[in-house]
Amino acid sequence: MRTLTVKGVGLAVLAPAIAVVLSILVTTLVIAAVGSSPGEFWSTMFEVPKPRLRVDIVNQTAMIYIAAVAAAIGFRMGLFNIGLEGQYTIASFAAASFAGAAYLGGFANVIASLAVAMAVGAAWSGIAGILKTTRGVSEVISTIMLNAIAVTLVGYFLNNYGVKEGNSVHTKNLEPGTTLGGFAPFEDRDGEIWALTIVAVLVGVGFWVLLNKTRFGFDLRASGQSETAALASGINPKRMILVSMMLSGAVAGLIWMPALFGGARNYGTSFQVGLGFLGIAVALLGRNRPVGMLFGALLFAFLSVKSNDLTFGTDVSPSIVQITQGVAVLAVVVTYEVVRRWRTRLEQRAVSRELAGAAL
Amino acid sequence: MPSAVDAVQLRGIGKRFPGVIANHDVDVTIRSGTVHALIGENGAGKSTLMKILYGVQRPDDGTITIEGTPVTLKSPTEAIEAGVGMVFQHFMLADNLTVLENMVLGAEKLHGIGDEARAEIRRISDRFGFDLEPDVLVEKLGVAARQRLEIAKVLYRGARIIILDEPTAVLVPQEVDALFANLRELKDAGNSVLFISHKLDEVLAIADDITVMRRGTTVGTADPATATKRELAELMVGSELPSPETEESTVTDTVQLSLDGVTLADEFGRHLLTDLSLTIRRGEVLGIAGVEGNGQSELVETIMGMRIPTAGRIHLGTEDVTHWHTRKLREAGVGYIPEDRHRHGLLLDAPLWENRILGHQTRPPSAKGMWINRKGARKDTSRIVAEYDVRAPGIDTPSRALSGGNQQKLIVGREMSGDPVLLIASHPTRGVDVGAQAAIWDHIKRARRNGLAVLLISADLDELIGLSDTIQVILRGRFVGTFEPSTVSPQDLGSAMTGGEAA
Repeated sequence: MRTLTVKGVGLAVLAPAIAVVLSILVTTLVIAAVGSSPGEFWSTMFEVPKPRLRVDIVNQTAMIYIAAVAAAIGFRMGLFNIGLEGQYTIASFAAASFAGAAYLGGFANVIASLAVAMAVGAAWSGIAGILKTTRGVSEVISTIMLNAIAVTLVGYFLNNYGVKEGNSVHTKNLEPGTTLGGFAPFEDRDGEIWALTIVAVLVGVGFWVLLNKTRFGFDLRASGQSETAALASGINPKRMILVSMMLSGAVAGLIWMPALFGGARNYGTSFQVGLGFLGIAVALLGRNRPVGMLFGALLFAFLSVKSNDLTFGTDVSPSIVQITQGVAVLAVVVTYEVVRRWRTRLEQRAVSRELAGAAL
Repeated sequence: MPSAVDAVQLRGIGKRFPGVIANHDVDVTIRSGTVHALIGENGAGKSTLMKILYGVQRPDDGTITIEGTPVTLKSPTEAIEAGVGMVFQHFMLADNLTVLENMVLGAEKLHGIGDEARAEIRRISDRFGFDLEPDVLVEKLGVAARQRLEIAKVLYRGARIIILDEPTAVLVPQEVDALFANLRELKDAGNSVLFISHKLDEVLAIADDITVMRRGTTVGTADPATATKRELAELMVGSELPSPETEESTVTDTVQLSLDGVTLADEFGRHLLTDLSLTIRRGEVLGIAGVEGNGQSELVETIMGMRIPTAGRIHLGTEDVTHWHTRKLREAGVGYIPEDRHRHGLLLDAPLWENRILGHQTRPPSAKGMWINRKGARKDTSRIVAEYDVRAPGIDTPSRALSGGNQQKLIVGREMSGDPVLLIASHPTRGVDVGAQAAIWDHIKRARRNGLAVLLISADLDELIGLSDTIQVILRGRFVGTFEPSTVSPQDLGSAMTGGEAA
């Protein structure tokens, strides 16, 4: 039993390791093919990041990680919530508007705004949930469409009710009393790690507890593993779809909150798009496991932030890291499947070995 | 015309999967130019055997001789080269391609993809009366035409021995007649057909020879000219040791489950179940006999709350549970051994202890309030593994790695946990080895002595007669007869199951 476990851990590390090596290899080939120097690229990328970038990496990791958890809630249930992007866009706008209106003061305003973000995110993903449970509409299709609708809707509200400042429009700035300070590990000019990065920790722990310790989490995993067995065990599939879809949306609503209360202070040009799609990729990379996704988020944040250095140090476009990220995800999906099959065979062999001798 | 050399000879074929013997000592001889029927209940080993003949799986023992030449078939490609082709129950056609394109797909080397291929398709179609137009899109074809296309595909690739897996399952009666006419043409041209079915009327109508399989082996052959449906049914369900021994009655007066005029209609208003009434008392086993597909699954799903009846009432004890959903019923003490354990009974990639929780998520020892009680579930899994003799390296083993018999013992142990008042057992010993079968029978009998009410659905008539206190026969969604197991014979049941006629 013990050897089996050690082997199990070894196999779990093997797949991502192969994926990372493969993505480094492909990136190197692509850079060489376009006539740039791969050596220069990697030495720039692997250089120890400057303090300012280190702070950036932590903040980005937190937001990507929240997005990954939101995606993973859907994945574990067998749902593909591709609409994280739209959910956090509209939730961020709603929360920023609410926070800017300052109905409440100080910390209460922060908590209430987070609640607004979650509620709006859940409502937006709930639309896709209701469409699926009542009309059988695939959540992939409906959430993609809802992404477009969310962006348009937010643009409309912003243009009509936003605060105009020069050429840009944004929601009302947060009152100074309701922003949250951060923690500056280096000098002040290197920036702060935002206070609400703590949300990522809470979301990660919450996800783990929910999945492994609660009945709801068991039902969620059972539904994801076998719809038919879940039904026979008494799980109401429609309710599960709706609840997990909304839960995924609620978590998605939190994605940009660290930035809002940290650096941005309003919803406008500072809003960072694309975190939802990054989250989906990281969930795949981390196999929807809380710890795996943490490493995935860190890797992606590192690559994204560090790619800024490429502009000054090399003639390689920063966009090249998107190839690295893409190949990593593809490779991890493929290698995991190969490793999984191999592992199933090993387990079956272990069982027959154990039972050899004993009559059937 | 039958020639001197047999088309196929299978001798002593055996195939073992971990913990399950799928085939052993299988002997089949298909004479050249004949339709040979292979019959048997689900799980009798027919599909494994045809996979072996089609090169999908390799036998552990035995020899395959095709047209006088011993062969080793490593893949379907080699089977086709040897002249064996197969038409699966689920068609493998691309809807958005034409008949011609489907035909040549993967066989482009034979006659090209142009006019030569078109001529060849026309030739095959005319020769056997398939009525196929090469340039029609497959999505425009009906089921029967698609099936003819599948057969034509096999012929196009040069097969002389054609395996048809339950070809009539998807057809209406007129189409069945047309198919049989096609098969006769095939036969006249010297081809041989292996026809797999469990519909006895059809087998008697078309076959030249019949081989019967039960529990992984061939148990006999029959001549369709003289055999009756009753004799075939007997051979199919048979009486093989060990057979469960009936014990003295433990039936009490307390009614545990009653159905009163339960009717279930599908979305088109067709009746799947019609006016079913039954009662099961504490300590009673009610057996349901019937040829598969006559409403057994729907009956189970209705009682388990996965479907809601269109009319009628269901009572559990004194409670009206007609509109209860599965979880509430399970919480009220209804145990469920599903027909298909892989699809409905297990999470194959989850460890045994998580499978212990499945279906018991809301009850101790698996749960404490809204939390999963990991410790309690693990401890109780160890108890089940020991008490029910589940052979596994440990409770962290994924259930996929277990043999069928051990998976089933785990399910039986789980469903017997938490003092159930009613057990719905659907084919509880299907596909399990003889040892596990005897153990499962013992568990059901012991539970019955302790006052459990059991609804037993089975295709194995010996099992039904041996375990039940009463047997109801179901045919096309209706109960058509009630029998006393102590006096009924498999023959009587067989004739009631097939519609009463003695022929």
